[in-house]
This record gives sequence, structure tokens and C-alpha cells, in this order.
Amino acid sequence: MKIIPGGVCEPGTTRANKTGGWRTFRPIYDYDKCIKCKLCELLCPEPSVLPKDDGFFEFDYDFCKGCGICANECPKQAIEMVLEEK
Amino acid sequence: MSATRNIDKSKMVVVEGSYSVAHSVKVCRPNVISAYPITPQTHIVEDLSQFMADGEIPNCEYINVESEFSAISALVGSSAAGARSYSATTSQGLELMHEVLFNISGMRLPVVMTVANRAVSAPINIWNDQQDSISQRDTGWIQLYAEDTQEAADMTAQAFKIAEDKDVLLPAMVCMDGFILSHVYEPVILLEQDLVDKYLPPFEPDSVLDPKNPKSFGAFADPSTYTEFRFLQQKAMDKALQKIENAANEFNELFGRYYGGLIEEYETKDAEIIIMAMGSIIGTVKDVIDERRSKGEKIGLLKVRSFRPFPKEAIKRVLKDAKMVVVLDKNISIGLNEGALFTETKSCLYNTYIDVPVAGYMIGHGGRDIPVGTIEKIIDEAKVAMEDGIDIESQFTDVREELI
Repeated sequence: MKIIPGGVCEPGTTRANKTGGWRTFRPIYDYDKCIKCKLCELLCPEPSVLPKDDGFFEFDYDFCKGCGICANECPKQAIEMVLEEK
Repeated sequence: MSATRNIDKSKMVVVEGSYSVAHSVKVCRPNVISAYPITPQTHIVEDLSQFMADGEIPNCEYINVESEFSAISALVGSSAAGARSYSATTSQGLELMHEVLFNISGMRLPVVMTVANRAVSAPINIWNDQQDSISQRDTGWIQLYAEDTQEAADMTAQAFKIAEDKDVLLPAMVCMDGFILSHVYEPVILLEQDLVDKYLPPFEPDSVLDPKNPKSFGAFADPSTYTEFRFLQQKAMDKALQKIENAANEFNELFGRYYGGLIEEYETKDAEIIIMAMGSIIGTVKDVIDERRSKGEKIGLLKVRSFRPFPKEAIKRVLKDAKMVVVLDKNISIGLNEGALFTETKSCLYNTYIDVPVAGYMIGHGGRDIPVGTIEKIIDEAKVAMEDGIDIESQFTDVREELI
């Protein structure tokens, strides 16, 4: 990487900055409870909730910061926030 | 090369210093002017608004703002969008801009701003010294100081050329002493549009703000990259040293006027005592030197035009054979009891083989007049110090003891 004087950069540079490392709690789906309502996908601020072919969702842990909005808003409590451990 | 002024008297007009600067800005074809009036800068922006109202500045927007903070902030956007951008201010207005001055230099935006140097409050004082711009020394702006109104006018075009050079891309302040230069009426040659068009190419930056090709300016830099941005700003200042010389030489070729590049030397060749100063005080010092030279006294003057970048090598080259150096400063670092030019001159002589005593005089604060007699007294003290050593290293000049 070379820096450009003035701190000038093109859009999309945050792709290289994997913010998943900031996470303290990791969201985990319980697909038995999930009703595919898409609220988690809609409300994720990153967005790190990615749709799968079967209609369910998965998390992009490279960028999920573990904010927990998805777990808080899930009407079926299908997302559990689990402490990240080494 | 010494200063030259190939003046064609038929071209001269008597105008106020502010007008000659405003005229220079006009013929430099600015695209955005954003400024807030403050004494003694007001006449510059008044004249520019009049030009705008009369339709004399094509393809230009004059933005009315509610403070100096807004004035300079507007230019961050306009300059990033590729517009040649200009402002003018002084004193409290310049201090209010402080935060944004760093943003402009950090984003490498070549904004040019006239500073009509004035003292800072408190106590409130609208008269001239140079504390305002000196206090912005470390903001990453080029700082040039003009001796008279013709030089201030000419320096404005030079400043755009230096700032916009692709090896430099740094903002520049053209500093002219408030009232002494901004409000004086003198015969000057107003910059000719056709010559300025030859001298100053259009501003065409490589990176511009454009919705069709989006970019961020001044983006986040964490500890792994921030140092390198500062390093590159310093490198650009290093390159500016030569560009300032070039800009002065090219100006001379086209306009026939030259005031020195980074510095100007006056009677320094065999000088035992060299006086250093910046701004309008230079004229008074030159008069005193002429008179002393006629009596055979070996006294010279080193005028500093560029305070940032600081021309260390040029200064060392001039001072190396002197026996005594006297530095005049219209500012003070309170708590150090020294003016900035004095401190930095001493600093650049350290760790060298040059061993010349340097004495500092803080002078002309808050518009205190600097008569010939004061310069005479300083020279007389320097002659004693040259023989017997320096008694007081740095001191206030003409302090009225009866008031304290």
C-alpha cells in the first residue's frame, strides 16, 4: 500500500479493514427458531447479515462488530450473542 | 542577485495597499473567494466584492459567511473540488481559523490567503505586529512576508504559483503589515492580466472532489500511516524552498521586479553587523543602513521573505562571515522572552561551524511606532556587543518604564 498525499482515497477502502476483530460477542443463529423474517438483515448496520440460498441467513464474521442489534430485534430470539474466546 | 525594480512610471497608479492586493487576486482568476471582514483586512475583501458586483471576476463565486471559521472551511471544499480559492484575514480571525488551517495543509489544498498582520487580544488592539501569523507557524502553511505594497501585490501571484505547484501542493499565507501596508496609498504597478496569464497556469489538481468519480480527502489515518503524511508535508516544504526561488525569478523575467526569493540581501557582502527582519520594518532599516554605510560602517540587512519553509541554508550562507547578528521580531513567545525569527535563527546556527553572536529585539508590538532612532540605538548596542560580547541576549524595545 502507498499513501496518497492529502489522505485522498477511492471509495471502498474499508473492505480491507476487517472490523470483525473489534467484536466482543459473536451472534449465532438457531435455525430451528428462525422464521426467515429478514429483520436481522434489514437492521444490521454493517451489513454483515448475508442471505443464503435456502432463505436463511449467515453472518459475515470478517465485518460483524458484534453490536447485537440483530439479536435484540429478532422476534423469535433465534440469535444468541456468545462471548468471543481465544 | 539583489532586488530590482524596473519601474515604468507611466504604468504606476496611486492606490491603497489593500486595493493593489485585491487587484492581484482578481487577475489571478480565482474561482472561489470566501472571507469575513476584520480590521485591517477589510478593504481587501471590500474591493474584491466590488469587483464581483461589477462583474470583473468571471467564473468566480464570492461566498458570504458568518465567521472566519466558516470562511476558511468553505475553501476546504472549494479547493478540493478544483477551484482556485482565496481568503484574507488577520488577528482574531486568523486564530479562529486555527483548526481548519491544519485541515487545509493536511489535505494538501493550495489555498492562498492574505494576512494583514495585526496584534492579538487581549488587550484589544487593532494595530500592526506579526503575532497572529507567527502563532500559526506550525499549521503547515507556507508563510511569506512582504516589505511594501508592490511586493505584497506581486507576492500574491507568486503564492498561487508556489502553492499550486504539483511538487508542493501546500497552502500559502501572504503576510503584509496591517495599516502600514494595507492602508497606505503608494504608487504601484497593478499586475497586468496578460502577464499574469503567462505567469500563472490554470489550477489543475490530480485529485478533485467529483460526484461522478467519488473520493475522500483527509481520510482516516491510524498510527501505522499518520507519520508518513506528516513526513510528506515536510518533504513538500523542502521542495518549496527551490520553488519560491523559481517563482521569484520567473516573476522577474516577466514583470521586471525582484525582491529576493527566500531572502533578500542588502549590503551584506562585507558586513560585520547583519540585521534580520521581516515585513515593512525593512524599509526603515534600509534607510538607516544607507546612512551608516555613508559613514563607512559595515552594516547589512538580511530580509527574510519566507518564514515557512524556513530558509536555513540561505541564512547560514549570509551569516557565516558576520561578526554580529541582530534579529528584529514583531512577536514574542511569552515564557521564552524571544521572538520567533530570533529563536529560529539561533537554532539553525547551532551544530554548525558558524560562531556568531545573535541578539534579539522584540519591537513594534501592537503598532508601536519604530522610528529611525530606535534602529540607530539597536545598531549602536550591536557595535558594543560585537566588541565586548552580548549583555542581554533578547529584550523588549522601547519599553515605557513609567507605565509599569
